[in-house]
Amino acid sequence: MKITPELIEQHQLTTSEYDKIVTLLSREPSYTELGVFSVMWSEHCSYKSSRIHLKKLPTTGKYVVQGPGENAGVIGIGGGWVIAFKIESHNHPSYIEPFQGAATGVGGILRDIFTMGARPIAVMDSLRFGPITGTPESEHNRRIVAGVVSGIAHYGNCFGVPTVGGECIFEQCYSANPLVNVFALGVCKENEIFYAKASGIGNPVIYVGAKTGRDGIHGASMASAEFTEESKQKRPNVQVGDPFLEKLLLEACIEAMKTGAIVAIQDMGAAGLTSSSCEMGSRGGVGIDIDLDLVPQRETGMTAYEMLLSESQERMLLVAEKGREEEVFRVFRKWGLDAVTIGVVTPDGNLRVRHLGKIVAEIPNPALADEAPKYDRPHNVKPHRRAPLNPPANIPASSDLSADLLRLVASPDLCSKRWIWEQYDYMVRTNTIAGPGSDAAVVRVKETDQSIAMSLDGNGRYCYLDPREGAKLAVAECCRNLATTGAIPVAATNNLNFGNPERPEIMAQLVEAVEGIAEACAFFETPITGGNVSLYNETLGEGIYPTPVLGIIGLMKTAKPAPVHFVREGAELLLLGGFGNCDDQRFGATQYAKVILNQLWGLPPQLDMAYEKRVHDAIRALIEAGLVESAHDLSDGGLAVALSECCTSKLGAKITVPNGIPDRVLFGEAPSRILVSVTDKASALKIAEKFGVACPHIGVIMNERLQIADERNEMLIELSTSALKQAFETSLPRLLQAQ
Amino acid sequence: MKAGVIVFPGSNCDHDAWYAVNENLHGRAEFIWHDSANLGDIDAVILPGGFSYGDYLRCGAIARFSPVMKAVKKFAADGGLVLGICNGFQILVEAGLLPGALLRNRELKFICREVRLQTETTASPFTSKLEKGQILRIPIAHGEGQYFADARTLDELEAEDRVAFRYLENPNGSARSIAGILSRERNVMGMMPHPERACDPLMGSTDGLGILESMLSAVPALSK
Repeated sequence: MKITPELIEQHQLTTSEYDKIVTLLSREPSYTELGVFSVMWSEHCSYKSSRIHLKKLPTTGKYVVQGPGENAGVIGIGGGWVIAFKIESHNHPSYIEPFQGAATGVGGILRDIFTMGARPIAVMDSLRFGPITGTPESEHNRRIVAGVVSGIAHYGNCFGVPTVGGECIFEQCYSANPLVNVFALGVCKENEIFYAKASGIGNPVIYVGAKTGRDGIHGASMASAEFTEESKQKRPNVQVGDPFLEKLLLEACIEAMKTGAIVAIQDMGAAGLTSSSCEMGSRGGVGIDIDLDLVPQRETGMTAYEMLLSESQERMLLVAEKGREEEVFRVFRKWGLDAVTIGVVTPDGNLRVRHLGKIVAEIPNPALADEAPKYDRPHNVKPHRRAPLNPPANIPASSDLSADLLRLVASPDLCSKRWIWEQYDYMVRTNTIAGPGSDAAVVRVKETDQSIAMSLDGNGRYCYLDPREGAKLAVAECCRNLATTGAIPVAATNNLNFGNPERPEIMAQLVEAVEGIAEACAFFETPITGGNVSLYNETLGEGIYPTPVLGIIGLMKTAKPAPVHFVREGAELLLLGGFGNCDDQRFGATQYAKVILNQLWGLPPQLDMAYEKRVHDAIRALIEAGLVESAHDLSDGGLAVALSECCTSKLGAKITVPNGIPDRVLFGEAPSRILVSVTDKASALKIAEKFGVACPHIGVIMNERLQIADERNEMLIELSTSALKQAFETSLPRLLQAQ
Repeated sequence: MKAGVIVFPGSNCDHDAWYAVNENLHGRAEFIWHDSANLGDIDAVILPGGFSYGDYLRCGAIARFSPVMKAVKKFAADGGLVLGICNGFQILVEAGLLPGALLRNRELKFICREVRLQTETTASPFTSKLEKGQILRIPIAHGEGQYFADARTLDELEAEDRVAFRYLENPNGSARSIAGILSRERNVMGMMPHPERACDPLMGSTDGLGILESMLSAVPALSK
């Protein structure tokens, strides 16, 4: 087929990119080769807009065994055991086909983990949807929510990995751009990690797992473009997942790895056979020669182009030691899976593809994997934001703080997400020490005395107002979540969800956010070991808030963390970190401004990272001293919402707060704060003082009521814990059933 | 002498059952692969939770045809103890070792939740260490756990004291709140809740221990 300018454009390649291809090949590419370049050089696979900025992220540290560049990051947890973990997005497919889009998102990240030889032991998900009530698109948005949640449940539950936590936020900007970011974590021995680095000239290249079909062709390119009216026609680009097959693939791969016959292994994710071959070859500095006639196929008459670009799920490519193929085949036969030698490792560094007896593609591996264009896209403008910096002339004072609190705890962002997480098996494998609803999820590693705490966080509102500070706040929040369970943060992964990077004001958001993450992750000593960038989250020109999502993991000795909810009547309640500050400008970023005032202005909360870290050290010291009966960190919704979340047992509290503008004091979202109920107030205060952290005694736990008064003894809020619990727990199912 | 945990392709609570017996109860358990024609030297069978063969058809509908199920049927017919948990219960029903059927949950959604069970009988090798009426906190995790049987079968189960557990707050619409039942000879029990997930204080409940302990004490040779 003749390569025309139209064809190049259809493949989302620019003229200069095409010229570069011609230079690298020293000739015109064939149609098949054009297809291969188009996926490998897509934004999704090549990170061409973000690469130069991702270099700013800290990637090394004392726990890091493997940083970015492999299928997942790896950190050591002691005793010869390691954890592999990463986050990945499946945003575009989840909009087009929510159930399969989300399901295959889970499948993809699980394969990234067990490709490393690690058995997945936990999944979390970070979700963003459009409003589920009150807009013309709400009905559609509710269907997307239901589809995404059941897709995640379908895949994770059947596979047998617990979905232990996550977050879910609703904003108008996600209405046609839902975000589905899935985090997975697995465990293995350090000396049993596998890498995707082909080696050994003459070694066989073996295809294992599902047969190749026409599904998912150009999925990676789809994920690298804005949505238009025609995008619905892209449904066939979304792959279909089979979690049962993935479970078999997991067991077979782990068993096959134990034979010692496997040299390298990589899953076929985005760009399937193409990316797995050329990336394994490129990493090992060798060539890969494959014959498509040998590839197990589920459809007849597929072209080389289709086979190379298919994103059929549940497939792996591996390199085995020559002469030991049968050991590998035997394991896959046992699990009823295809395993076929389709090629060989060669010395010439090329990806050479044969089909029907002819060579249909011959490309130097580095050209695909490493020579992809890198762009320093213009970003010397202010990050895009339409919200005013100054507060409105008069912010209406609340007339009924109790009613406001009930509205807040019942609002979609703040209400209980039980409707979501009860659809996930969060206990399978019997390691879940703290599951959904906890500040951080905690999963024990049975083979050791260590547990892994993990938290996902991102705040699009904060980042829209200030991408740099918003990103730092997400890092701080994750680390605070971990500290509240007693864990020490050790490493991070991130998913950068942004709009169209070709718009300088969007690119500026990305750059600011990455630099914020870099600064905070360096400060909190949580190097980034991998992650994902999802750009072009725009539909018909409307983009999302800049939404970097952080996944941070921490280590702790295996023990049951203190619960979020109050446990003992009469216990003293402290606010570790103090009341914090929230002026009018920073009040505009709060959930109160969103839910009660229906506005957004100003700046995100002010973060003092050094102080934040001292708060973390203090809470860990309190936990270690055995003083903590319950602990819950403050975040969206501020002090009053956090208190409400502690009232889910029958117990409430009698609280005194300083005089001031009550809505600022109660609903301001200053960071670096944790609610702690303690066995011994005096000892606790001594520890807080030692760390230089404010720790006002704010009240006492009592039965059945939440009362908040100021120092003049003026009652600000008075509610029964049953009313709070009712508002918190029944809201989401009710909103989702709305007609 | 030991308990055999059957592993079907797609079983995913097999390790949990194994771990509970070996580590939490200090008994002995080993895995038995689905294509084994005989069970070897064991005293009890555990059919674990999961998605046997993917369960894309009715849950358990394929597993009942696996070679190992022939052996399990023979083992049960000879009086051996068989405990089916979750998917294991579904398989027992499909295999005809227990009556009734397990339908999709009333709300048509998967539910993972700790529930409260009431012990209905202690006259069985799986409940002998419990007290009648004892309330147990044990998790469920299933999409198809709504127990269904015709009225006559339900009457019969009750008349013969074969309802082992009932839900206090029926989560899935099960007929007469039934969570677990016994075979006529009382050596086969199926239950949707997961006792193996409630054997360790770190998991939030140890109320599953009584069920597995009952089974182990009924087979004294099982303990190390």
